[in-house]
Amino acid sequence: MLFAFLENSAFTQALMSSVLQLLLEGERLDTAQMAQILGLPESEIDAELTRLKAEEILLGWRPVLNPERAQEAVVRAVIEVKISPERDGGFDRLASRIARFDAVESCYLMSGAYDLLVFAVGNDLREVATFVSERLASVEGVLSTATHFMLRAYKEQGHLLLSPLDGEDKPAVSP
Amino acid sequence: MSDKGQHFVADHVAGLPRSGIRDFFAIVAAMPQAISLGIGEPDFVTPWHIREAAIFALEKGKTSYTDNLGLIRLRREISTYVENNFSIGYHPETDVLVAVGVSEALDIALRAVLNPGDKVLYHEPCYVSYSPSIVLAHAQPIAVGTSAEDQFGIDPERVEAAWEPGCKVLMLNFPTNPTGGVTERAKLERLAKFAIKKDLLVISDEIYSELTFEGEHTSIASLPGMRERTIFLHGFSKAYAMTGFRIGYACGPQSLIEAMMKVHQYSMLCAPILSQEAAIEALKNGAPAVAKMKDAYHKRRDLIVRRFNEAGLDCHSPKGSFYAFPSIQSTGLDSLSFCKGLLDQEEVAVVPGTAFGPSGAAFVRASFSTSYERILEATDRIERYMNSI
Repeated sequence: MLFAFLENSAFTQALMSSVLQLLLEGERLDTAQMAQILGLPESEIDAELTRLKAEEILLGWRPVLNPERAQEAVVRAVIEVKISPERDGGFDRLASRIARFDAVESCYLMSGAYDLLVFAVGNDLREVATFVSERLASVEGVLSTATHFMLRAYKEQGHLLLSPLDGEDKPAVSP
Repeated sequence: MSDKGQHFVADHVAGLPRSGIRDFFAIVAAMPQAISLGIGEPDFVTPWHIREAAIFALEKGKTSYTDNLGLIRLRREISTYVENNFSIGYHPETDVLVAVGVSEALDIALRAVLNPGDKVLYHEPCYVSYSPSIVLAHAQPIAVGTSAEDQFGIDPERVEAAWEPGCKVLMLNFPTNPTGGVTERAKLERLAKFAIKKDLLVISDEIYSELTFEGEHTSIASLPGMRERTIFLHGFSKAYAMTGFRIGYACGPQSLIEAMMKVHQYSMLCAPILSQEAAIEALKNGAPAVAKMKDAYHKRRDLIVRRFNEAGLDCHSPKGSFYAFPSIQSTGLDSLSFCKGLLDQEEVAVVPGTAFGPSGAAFVRASFSTSYERILEATDRIERYMNSI
C-alpha cells in the first residue's frame, strides 16, 4: 500500500513538473495541444491544471504585455517601504494589508536597507503619488517610503523589448 | 555574352552533383509563408553569455590571428571536455586543432590523409558534404547503406561486405544527420576490430553527440586500439546553437593533427579569434544551456514522431540529433514529389531524403528544431496531405 502510494506520488510529481514546465515555456497552448505534446490524455492534463490551481501553485493566466506598446499611459513605480515588525506575525500582517491595494502589482519582503519592495501601477504620475502619500505612507506601522518611477522597460518577464531577434537571415532550408 | 567560365572548371568539380538541399531551398525561398521543417540548425539563438564573451573579446581588441592550431586556452578546455565526456585523452599542445566548423575539419582531415585513388567507406543517408568532400580530395567514396530496420545505425557486416582493396578511411557520424541514427557500443567494437584488421583510419564526426536522447553516446575513438587510428571531430554548432560562429575542432594522434595543420595553415590559417573566445565560454559555462535545449529537443522529438505515425507516416524514433526521418513509402510517391506536393498543397517544407543519398529515397527529413505550435500545425497539415493522396 505504501509502495503504491510512493509510486503514485512520484508519477504525480513528474506530471506536475512536465505540465508546469510547458506552461512556463510560454507558448500559447490549449489543453488538447498540451496533451499531444506530453502524450497524455486530455483528462489528465485537466486534472493536473485543476490541482495546480487548487493548491495555489498556478495563480493565473495573465498575458505578458510589452509596457512600451500596450500600456503607454500607465505609470509604474517601485517603492521601497520600511515598516515596523509586530510581536505576533512579524511583517506579515502589514505586508498583506499593503499588498491588497489594487495599485499594488507585486509585493515582496526583502533583506537589506528596507523591508518591503512594492511594485505599483497607476494611470498617471499623480495617481501613483496619491497612492503613496495618502494610502501607503499613512498606514500605521509604515515608517518611510522611497518611490522610484520606472522610465523605460528593457526586459519584461523574460522577453527582450528593444532588441527583437532578427531571424530573417536564417535560410528556410539548410543541410 | 556567353559564359566561357565552365571551360575552366576542374573535371572533378564539374562532376559533382548540385546539392539537393540547395535545389529545394530555391523552391522554398519563394514561399516565405510556408512552415519550414527543413532547417538544419538549432532554432535557439546562441546563449547570451556566449555571445557576450565574443562581444567582450571584440571590445578588448581581440582581432588578430591566433596560433594555427587555435588558442591554447581553448585547446586546453577542449582537451578537458573530451576527456570528461568521451573518455579520450588528447594533449592540448599537440593533439587538438581548432577549425572553421566540423566541415573544415572534415575537409582538411580527408585532404591530409588521402592519396588520389584511395577509397573511403561512409554510411548513407548522411550529411550532404561527405561524398563531395571525398571526391574533392581526389578519392573514391564507397557508400554503405543504412536502413530503417536498424534505425539507421550502421551494420558492421555491411561495412565488411563493402570493403575492397584500396580502402583507407572509414567515416562515421553518429548521431546522424539526417536520420538521427546511433550505433550501439557492441557494433562499434566490431567495427573497431575490423578497422584494426584492415588498417583503416576512422574519421568520426560526433557533432550531435550531446543530443543523444537514449543510452550513452560512445565514441569509437575511446575503444581499445582506436585512439591511434581515429580523427575525432566535434564542434559547437549544434549543442551550443553556434552555427554562425563556424567553430569546430579535430583531435587525434600528433602526426595526423600535424598533417591537418599543414593544410589548415595554408588554406584557412586559423579559426576566427572571436569564435574561439566564444567557444571557451561555451565549454566553461555552457552545460546548463545545453541541457535545457536537449530537453526541449527531446520533447519535440516525441511529439513529432507520434504525430507522424498518427498521420500515417511510418517514423522510427531518432535516438539523437534534431531530425525525424519518416518513411513515405506508403504514399507510393518518390521523395521529391512528396515534398513538392506537400509544399504546394499545404505549404509545409520538409527535405527530400534523396538529398542525403540514394538510401534516403523513401524518406523525408523533418527538423524538429522549431516550436511546439509549428510542429503541431505542420503535422496537422501533413496529416491532411496524407489523406488527400
